[in-house]
Amino acid sequence: MYQYTEFDRQFVKLRAAQHRDQLDRWQKGELADDEFRPLRLQNGWYVQRYAPMLRVAVPYGEISSKQLSVLAQIAKEYDQPDAALFAKAQSQQDLLPGKSPRLLKGYGHFTTRQNVQFNWIPLDKSADVMDLLATVDMHGIQTSGNCIRNITTDELAGVAVDEVVDPRPYAEILRQWSTLHPEFAFLPRKFKIAITGATEDRAAIGWHDVGLQLVKNAAGEVGFKVWVGGGMGRTPIIGSLVREFLPWQQIMNYLEAVVRVYNRWGRRDNLYKARIKILVKAEGQRYIDEVEAEFLQIITVDGGPHTITQAEFDRVAACFVEPHAHESAAASANSHTQDVAFLRWVHQNVVAHKNPALRAVTLSFKRLGLAPGDATAEQLEASAQLVAKYSRGEARVTHSQNLVLPWVPESQLFDLWQDAKDLGLASPNIGLLNDMIACPGGDYCALANARAIPVAAAISERYQDLDELDDLGPIDLHISGCINSCGHHHSGHIGILGVDKDGKEWYQVTLGGSDGSALSGSAGAGKVVGPSFSAAEVPEVIEAVLNKYLELRAPSSSSNVRAEYFIETLRRVGQDAFKAAANGARHPEPELA
Amino acid sequence: MKILSFNDHTPGTDTSVISIANDADPRSVSLEGVKRIDLHFPKFTDGRAYSQAFLLRRRLGFKGEIRATGDVLIDQLVSMARTGFDVAVLRQGLDASAAQRQFDRFPNFYQGSAVDTHPLFAKAAA
Repeated sequence: MYQYTEFDRQFVKLRAAQHRDQLDRWQKGELADDEFRPLRLQNGWYVQRYAPMLRVAVPYGEISSKQLSVLAQIAKEYDQPDAALFAKAQSQQDLLPGKSPRLLKGYGHFTTRQNVQFNWIPLDKSADVMDLLATVDMHGIQTSGNCIRNITTDELAGVAVDEVVDPRPYAEILRQWSTLHPEFAFLPRKFKIAITGATEDRAAIGWHDVGLQLVKNAAGEVGFKVWVGGGMGRTPIIGSLVREFLPWQQIMNYLEAVVRVYNRWGRRDNLYKARIKILVKAEGQRYIDEVEAEFLQIITVDGGPHTITQAEFDRVAACFVEPHAHESAAASANSHTQDVAFLRWVHQNVVAHKNPALRAVTLSFKRLGLAPGDATAEQLEASAQLVAKYSRGEARVTHSQNLVLPWVPESQLFDLWQDAKDLGLASPNIGLLNDMIACPGGDYCALANARAIPVAAAISERYQDLDELDDLGPIDLHISGCINSCGHHHSGHIGILGVDKDGKEWYQVTLGGSDGSALSGSAGAGKVVGPSFSAAEVPEVIEAVLNKYLELRAPSSSSNVRAEYFIETLRRVGQDAFKAAANGARHPEPELA
Repeated sequence: MKILSFNDHTPGTDTSVISIANDADPRSVSLEGVKRIDLHFPKFTDGRAYSQAFLLRRRLGFKGEIRATGDVLIDQLVSMARTGFDVAVLRQGLDASAAQRQFDRFPNFYQGSAVDTHPLFAKAAA
C-alpha cells in the first residue's frame, strides 16, 4: 500500500492541529455553529440523532493492520458516550414501535464508500481522536462536505485475475490532488469519484459523479474511459460517457475541467438539484463541450501543470507491489481437509488471485446480532491480528461493508477459516442474500425516515439456513433508511427504501436494480413494486418475491448447468409476476402501531 | 494577503475598480484599465468566486488586485489566497486575530494553485 512520505505524515498532523484550532474557537464562541459545521464536516464530524459521528477516511479502502488496531482503540476508548446520554438514547429507542436491537457502543462501522464510522465519540474529544489517527497516517479529510470525497475503487485492486491496470496508483495521485484543493472545497454539493481497472466493475462506477475505468488502447497505452454525472438520491441517474480514452497523464487536468465547470454552473438554489448529475442531465452536450474547452485551455494556456510525469507515477506505483511475506508462511496442518463447512466457506468467501499461490478472502461482517458492517472494538483488534498473520499486514474495506484480506497463502486458508470462525467472521454468505448492504438508518442517522437495521435483522433471521441461502444464489439486497440512498437501494436486485408517511415508518420495495457488475447487467435503478409496505410486511414481501423466483427459475439442467439466478429470472420474465407476489404479501388490515 | 476589516473597505468610485457578479464568467468582462476587481461571496459556502479568481489570475494573467468581499471568514482565507485573491475584506464584526496562524500552518500543498502553479511532485523533481 501507499507509504507516507515525511510530507504526507506532517500534512495529516497539521490538519489535525487545524481541527483543534477550529474546535477551540467554536468552544470559545468565536466560531458560530453554522461557521464551524462545514469545517468539521470536511474532517468527517457529523452530528447525528443522539451523538456526533466520525467518518474516518480509508483511501480507496486500503488499510493496514496497524491502522485497524488504532481504529479498535478508538472504538474501545472513545466510542463511549456519557452514561446519561446513552441511557436517554436507549429510552428513546424503546419508544419506537416494533422490535429494534439494543443500541451498541464501542464499535466501528464499515461504509459502502470503504470508510469507517464511529457513532458515539463526544465532540470535545474529537481533536484527540484526530491526533491519534494521525499517528497511523489516518484522518477524516473530505469524508463529508461539498467537496471531492474519498475516492473508491475495486476491493480486489492489484490482486484481481481480471485486472487490466491496477487503479491504486491513480487513486492515490488523485487523492493527493483533491486533498485541500483550494478551488473545490465549496462545490454545489458532494462529489464522488470511483475507479476500476478490471473487466468486472466492482466499484459501481456508473453510479458516481465521476466514474473512471482504466483501459488499454490498441497500442497498449493506458488511459481512462470517463463517465460523468451518475448518482443516487431522489433522482437516480447513471453517468454519461464523456471520454472513450483519456491518456492517463491527463487525468488531473481533465478532472480539474470537469469540476471547475460544475463549480461555476451547478445549481446552488436547491439542495436536491445541486449534484452534478442534474447539471449533466439539464445541459447535456453543452456541459461536455464546456468541459472539453476548459480542458484545452488548461493544457494550452495554463500549460497543463498537473500532467502526471512518469517519475511521479513510478514513485507512487512502487508502493503498490506485492507486499513481502513477513512471517513464515507455514501451511495449515489440515489444508486439504474435506470438512464440508470449510469447503463451503472457501467456495463462497474466497476468490482467485493474480498470484496462483495466494487467495483473496472476505471476512463477513454480516451475521445475526450485529448490523451489516458493524465491528466491535474486539473484532477490529482481532481482525487487525488476522490481517497481520495471514495477509501481510494489509486489508481492504469493501463496498459491501466487509473486510477483504487480499494476500492470503492458499496453504493457510484452513487456519484462517478457524480463526475467523472463532470471531464470528466466517459466515459463508458473501454475495448471497444475507450479505446485504444497509445504512445505519433511523437508529442513528438524523436524516433517516425509517430504521434500516431492524429490517436487515428480520430478513437475516428469516434466512439462516445455509442450504436455502445457497439455493437462492447471488442476490444484491440493499437497504436505505431514506432517499439519500447511503444503503444504495437503487442498485439492489432487491432494494428497500425507508419512507415517512404520517410520521410512521414505511418501506418502498424496488426490483431489478444493478450496480453494473456482469451478473447484474448495466447499471440502473430498480423499479418500485407498488405502494410502500409496513415494517412487519417487509420480510414477508421479500419471502414472497424469493418464492416466486424459485417457482419461475430455469432449474439446473445438469451438473454443468446451474439454476438461473434471481436477477436473470427477473430479467427474463419481467417484473409483473414478482410485483404481484410482493403485493400479495400485504397484510389485509392496516398494522396497528 | 492583505486583510481588511469591513470598515476599511471602500467600494470603487471610478472605472478602474469593477465588481463581478458571483454567477458571471469573468472572461466576458473587459479588463481594460481595471486595477481592482471585487469578487463576492454571498455565503462562505458558495465557492464560485474561487473559480472566478483562478480564471482571472491564472488564465487571464490579471495583475491587479483581486479582492474578496461578502461572507469572508478566517478559515477560508488561505484558499482565497491560493486561488488568486490578494486582498480580503472580513465580514462585518469579525476579528482578524486568528487569521495569521492559518497562513503559517501548512508550509506547502499537494496541488498547484493560481499563484504557486506547480504541484508538489513537480517541485520535488525540480
